[in-house]
Amino acid sequence: MNLDFSFLDWNIVSSFILKGLFFSVQLTLIAMIGGIALGTVLALMRLSGKKWLVIPAAFYVNTLRSIPLVMVILWFFLLIPMLIGKPMGAELSAIITFTVFEAAYYSEIMRAGIQSVPKGQVYAGYAMGMSYRQTMQLVVLPQAFRNMLPVLLTQTIILFQDTSLVYAIGAYDLLKGFEVAGKNFNRPVETYLVAALVYFVICFSLSMLVRRLQKKIAIIR
Amino acid sequence: MTWDWQVFCKDTIDGEVRAGCFGSGGDITYLDWMLSAWGWTLSVAVLALVVALVVGSLMGIFRTTPSKALVALGNAWTELFRNIPLLVQVFLWYHVLPALIPPLKSVPSFILVVFALGFFTSARIAEQVKAGIQSLPKGQRYAGLAMGFTLPQTYRYVLLPMAFRIVIPPLTSESMNIIKNSSVAFAVSIAELTMFAMQAQEETSRGIEVYLAVTGLYFASAFVVNRIALFIEHRVAVPGMVGSK
Repeated sequence: MNLDFSFLDWNIVSSFILKGLFFSVQLTLIAMIGGIALGTVLALMRLSGKKWLVIPAAFYVNTLRSIPLVMVILWFFLLIPMLIGKPMGAELSAIITFTVFEAAYYSEIMRAGIQSVPKGQVYAGYAMGMSYRQTMQLVVLPQAFRNMLPVLLTQTIILFQDTSLVYAIGAYDLLKGFEVAGKNFNRPVETYLVAALVYFVICFSLSMLVRRLQKKIAIIR
Repeated sequence: MTWDWQVFCKDTIDGEVRAGCFGSGGDITYLDWMLSAWGWTLSVAVLALVVALVVGSLMGIFRTTPSKALVALGNAWTELFRNIPLLVQVFLWYHVLPALIPPLKSVPSFILVVFALGFFTSARIAEQVKAGIQSLPKGQRYAGLAMGFTLPQTYRYVLLPMAFRIVIPPLTSESMNIIKNSSVAFAVSIAELTMFAMQAQEETSRGIEVYLAVTGLYFASAFVVNRIALFIEHRVAVPGMVGSK
């Protein structure tokens, strides 16, 4: 068969694809910020040494990490409307799901990051008269973030790829945009190819940037 | 709300509860359907794992050879399959490749999904295998070559036996990931667990029970893989190395 990309003009891109791209990026950024915040709290809970904090946090992280993301997306899409008693749009449901889900993965990264900070730093903080909170906030967490920055960003690239799974509940993301355009113009083969190319270019350039950042950080450290 | 676990004993066509929960004479209950879906999930995952291990090991090895061409091939392979979302790759195999290569049209979609998932995972496995080989002291390679081994022999008898033992833990988590990732096959209508969950939820409106059962089966599958991998790890451990008994 012959490939024909001529139908893909700026009109199509702006009316079908940009909307999807915007949602995918929005979902990625919100889930990243929310996920890192919640993940840091979970990591601190797991490292606190207090049973009543460790057990719930470990349960949260291990449960979400053993379930396929598609199932988690379906679960939330089913459960949230039951709990709040009214229907919820696929897009909002996806944002909540990804924040909660990614927190489990970010928390494992943050836990490793906090553990990578030498114990002496914590003792130094206490010796300076800082409280637990101050030691964490001013001494440990900044170093943990810095050490783990490349890994956190790599996880975010994976998160961006995973946003395509909102397909399961029909949310309008980048992939959906290409799919709708392909169906409307009866050119599904070309649109899927371009979709793959766009994802590849975005993810590949981001991972190159992360690699450069990693080298930079490694030298300073 | 109340539980209604009877939903699994219902016939998929007339919705009547069947005694014993299993259908007879061609009729199937939701329980029958779910078990067959579990079979599909496991088949996709296991076959894809075989593809991923073979291709991934090969690409990982390529990336550690002295040949610039092979290294470039291995690197390109890894970057290509790592930077496109799995779902998009599944669509490429299912919608795009058969259109470009007509003989693929007669290949069942199950096989296409196996290759999609297998190649996607092979990029990750290539990364692990490469790291495993590079973690060995350089002297091992030189020693092999100095003994008069050819490069393939050095890999076969010196490097790989150690490297594969080192990468068992990361390969275990990749094997567990592949079971989770097989859920993406729902998008091209493979009758696996996630597909079952979506359809049974729609037909019976007992979403919670259906999802709980399916989630439980995913848990169980990942747990079994974890145990098998642990068993292999202990079986092949080299005495005297870290991790051996």
